[in-house]
Amino acid sequence: MTELTLVQAVNRALQQALRADPDVVLLGEDIGVNGGVFRATEGLIKEFGPERVIDTPLSETGIIGTAIGMALYGLKPIPEIQFQDFIYPAFDQIVSELAKFRYRSGGQYPCHVVIRAPYGGGVKGGLYHSQSAEAYFAHTAGLKVVIPSTPADAKGLLLSSIHDEDPVLFFEPKRIYRAVTGEVPDGDHRVPLGEAKVVREGSDVSVFAYGAMMPPSVKAAETLASEGIEAEVVDLRTLVPLDQTAVLGSVEKTGRAVIVHEAPKFCGYGAEIAALLAERALYSLKSPVVRVTGWDTPFPYALEHLYLPGVERITHAIRTAVRSS
Amino acid sequence: MAEATNAVGAHATTPAPSLSTVQLIEAYRTMVLARVVDERCMMLQRQGRIGFYVPMQGQEAAQVGSTLALRPEDWIFPAYRELAVALTRGIPLTLLLDQFFGNSGDVEKGRQMPNHYGYRRFNFVTASSPVGTQITHAVGAAMAAMMRKQSLVTVAFFGDGTTSSSDFHAGLNFAGVFQSPTVFICQNNQYAISLPRERQTRSATLAEKADAYGLPGVLVDGTDLPAVYRAVRDARERAIGGGGPTLIEAQVYRLGPHSTSDDPKRYRSDDELKEWKAKDPLARMKHDLLERNALTQEQDHELWETAKKEVASALSQTESLPPVDPLSMFDDVLAKRPTGLQEERDELSRFLREGALKP
Repeated sequence: MTELTLVQAVNRALQQALRADPDVVLLGEDIGVNGGVFRATEGLIKEFGPERVIDTPLSETGIIGTAIGMALYGLKPIPEIQFQDFIYPAFDQIVSELAKFRYRSGGQYPCHVVIRAPYGGGVKGGLYHSQSAEAYFAHTAGLKVVIPSTPADAKGLLLSSIHDEDPVLFFEPKRIYRAVTGEVPDGDHRVPLGEAKVVREGSDVSVFAYGAMMPPSVKAAETLASEGIEAEVVDLRTLVPLDQTAVLGSVEKTGRAVIVHEAPKFCGYGAEIAALLAERALYSLKSPVVRVTGWDTPFPYALEHLYLPGVERITHAIRTAVRSS
Repeated sequence: MAEATNAVGAHATTPAPSLSTVQLIEAYRTMVLARVVDERCMMLQRQGRIGFYVPMQGQEAAQVGSTLALRPEDWIFPAYRELAVALTRGIPLTLLLDQFFGNSGDVEKGRQMPNHYGYRRFNFVTASSPVGTQITHAVGAAMAAMMRKQSLVTVAFFGDGTTSSSDFHAGLNFAGVFQSPTVFICQNNQYAISLPRERQTRSATLAEKADAYGLPGVLVDGTDLPAVYRAVRDARERAIGGGGPTLIEAQVYRLGPHSTSDDPKRYRSDDELKEWKAKDPLARMKHDLLERNALTQEQDHELWETAKKEVASALSQTESLPPVDPLSMFDDVLAKRPTGLQEERDELSRFLREGALKP
């Protein structure tokens, strides 16, 4: 065990994968000599050389397109998109190519690329360094979407993604890259994909969150314990494939649900959870599902503290869910 | 500057130095087969037997000539108009027809429109519809081959319209920076659906775009099979020898429509078509072979008849196959079917079992 920040845990996972398998290669902008703008790839070029830690020209479609070609050939590329906000030039490559290669070739060409990208707000990043774009990718068949919220999960989920057979979009909550530290197992630590985690048990209401929304969700739950409200907090961790059992099981127990994400509400990932509960757990529900999300606006710079869900709004939502029944 | 070979339509004054007569006859046979398949498939679509078709008439010499210069270990990243590349590669006609029909013999399980095929065992990567996306894939695969110290090239096929895409730019730029062993073959067939080549770019040639990426650009008459062969062979040798990528522009003409959904009369004149029909690569190849006494009129007639029989026989084999299994729709989305998808599969299965939906 080593005490690490989330970004250090990402770095250790990459190091572990590069050491274990000569087919693993990293590519992206400023990831080599510079060690990545968030230092996620710090020191890796020194250990593994510029042939496996590749500084690329500035083109997201070029990065993802060449990564796909490498994967088709048999390598295990892990491209980095510097900010998730800049993933859109590669959207065609991800949605039309990466997601569909296995399917369209009848299984002849599995295409295992793990795309890492820091996402989310709270870093004074304005419109183009703050977005949460997970829903676009969760909507596309053929992709897995993973978002860790702790250093141990960052390492464990990233290593599982690298050892998976499917394309994975691995979105890292940059707001808590260094804000949280935690004990991280050394070596080949893996956390299975597709398994949510109950991080706080409770009997009155289920709070579903992921990534950077986990710390305020847990804090809100702890705050409300003094009011006699016991909230269960579930870290979804893998958005695709969704751990349906965990979601339904928790709501069957508590009868109430609050869903938290920083992406906008309309057609956000929370809508899928709400729909699942409406379809499968309606008779367990004692009160309407409540969503706490970013507003349906582009991400604002000066007012981000009012845009992002925080402890206050999550606390309010939990109270609303509990008291409206 | 781009290096130009002889002008489009001009007859080669010297025979190919490196393709034997036997190879040339075999190349011509493949061109004829491609032409017969192409014409037959246009009819199949008109008859409603297949849903769609993308013809490639006029591009036979460019496709056969370039593919002959490759080795089986070289990876081909095609667009959706590469029938003669596929046939030259040795992909059985029945497999291609199975894909056009989307039947149970289709390795893609009926998932893609006709012309969007790929066969791993032939190093012929499955095509998609977005133009240019395969260019960066070819570069990535070549970088991977380089990393593993495997001596081969990757080849991306695309058209004139694709040179305007961001993936063309990204692909050639990456290839130049990383010196990947990649051959970019642009078949300039003069039209991107309706848009003529002059409206696609202000550049005088497409080959000269290579200059900006620091790669050699080669302009070749795509109706001249030996010339195309030489250009691709040289590019391949350069790439294998560590000399990096090459962009080749093969000038051809799309004699047919963009697809079965297109009416070229809306955007090009009969006179223009007539002019290019006179430069039909099949006629040119036949002429050259007759001149060299490598072919007689009777043998030519025989070639066409044999091709027609081959196509008829392959077609009857393909049409005898049952349709694709409906539940295979849920396979290959991910390596393992997640819970939600399994439930959807069960739902469709129930509808089919109860007869509420017909397969």
